[in-house]
Amino acid sequence: MTGSQHNAKVMNRFDLTKRLVTALKHEEAVIAGIGNTNFDLWSSGRRPQNFYMLGSMGLAIPIALGVAIAQPRRHVIALEGDGSLLMQLGCLSTVAVQAPRNLTIIVWDNGLYQITGGQPTASAGTADLVAIARGSGIAKSAWAADEADFDRLVAEALREGGPSLIGARIDGEPGVGTTDRDPVQIRARFMEGLGVKR
Amino acid sequence: MIEAQSRPAAWHEVVLATLKSNHVRLAVYVPDRVFTPLIAALHADPFFTAFAATREEEALGIIAGAWMGGLRGAVLMQTSGFGTIPNALASLIVPCQIPALIFVSERGTLGEFNLGQAMVCKTMRPVLASLAVEHHTITRQDELEFIVDRSIKQAVATQAPVVFILSPLLTGGKVFAA
Repeated sequence: MTGSQHNAKVMNRFDLTKRLVTALKHEEAVIAGIGNTNFDLWSSGRRPQNFYMLGSMGLAIPIALGVAIAQPRRHVIALEGDGSLLMQLGCLSTVAVQAPRNLTIIVWDNGLYQITGGQPTASAGTADLVAIARGSGIAKSAWAADEADFDRLVAEALREGGPSLIGARIDGEPGVGTTDRDPVQIRARFMEGLGVKR
Repeated sequence: MIEAQSRPAAWHEVVLATLKSNHVRLAVYVPDRVFTPLIAALHADPFFTAFAATREEEALGIIAGAWMGGLRGAVLMQTSGFGTIPNALASLIVPCQIPALIFVSERGTLGEFNLGQAMVCKTMRPVLASLAVEHHTITRQDELEFIVDRSIKQAVATQAPVVFILSPLLTGGKVFAA
């Protein structure tokens, strides 16, 4: 482990997801990656501006980038797990090059492929995902030291614009609840939540 | 529509004009030699937002998000890149009913010199058929605008992706310098 990741407090994804949702006051879009990431978002209260990914592991950030480009006046947040991000690291450099001011990425890092049986990811002891993001060109990338720091980083990202990335070390607690697995309905509700008519 | 001009429009000019007339403003690509004039023209025209993704499935994710946000997008890739997207097609684009517009520069046939390209090419149409994804192989310039224009409209109307496979017969393809 390197730098501030080593010192960051191990927190809880559901707790942090609820803190994030509480901070959203302007119908911000939230795109959650597969598995526990979207289970916890689902259980944090239904919002029409939430998109729950059901497959396509690794694509939460690219989807969020697309929404951010389409709706530059709406802030867009991507929630992604460490294993998912490691599958699609190139997307960080694409985000950095496009540099959308309205995009924030939050990475939940428990060093585990949690939902597949708890196998360790490269971030368990070697790869530093915030350092990778910074090296990809997302200058505003930081580990959240604790819950208060997470709240501060979220507020800063929403206020000052991005792109930015917040890394949060989390425990191995399972996700709370499960999403309805109806992709057409999820997509249709999300578009309605964004005020988009087909 | 293509403006009247002294020479016939090149294939990439027809594609560009047809995207524009259908309000497709976003183009995300993984570079390809044959598509170079189209990519350059997309960058040169302020109507479009055009940029490279690092991987084809990433590009699909971006245009899926853009569609949901109200912006129509197309993805450009090479045949070998198609080999990286079946999961994104099967678990995002098709089940979410996203009208992704996918242009594939066809390698692997009609003079291919790289066996790797030739093998990936053989997987492309069976994969698309197995997912029931609409796809057209375009070989003739006189059919290009009709196929692309009508298919974009169908994709949007039926909320389904469409793949345009641009044959070397249309584009000239990539030729082995013997």
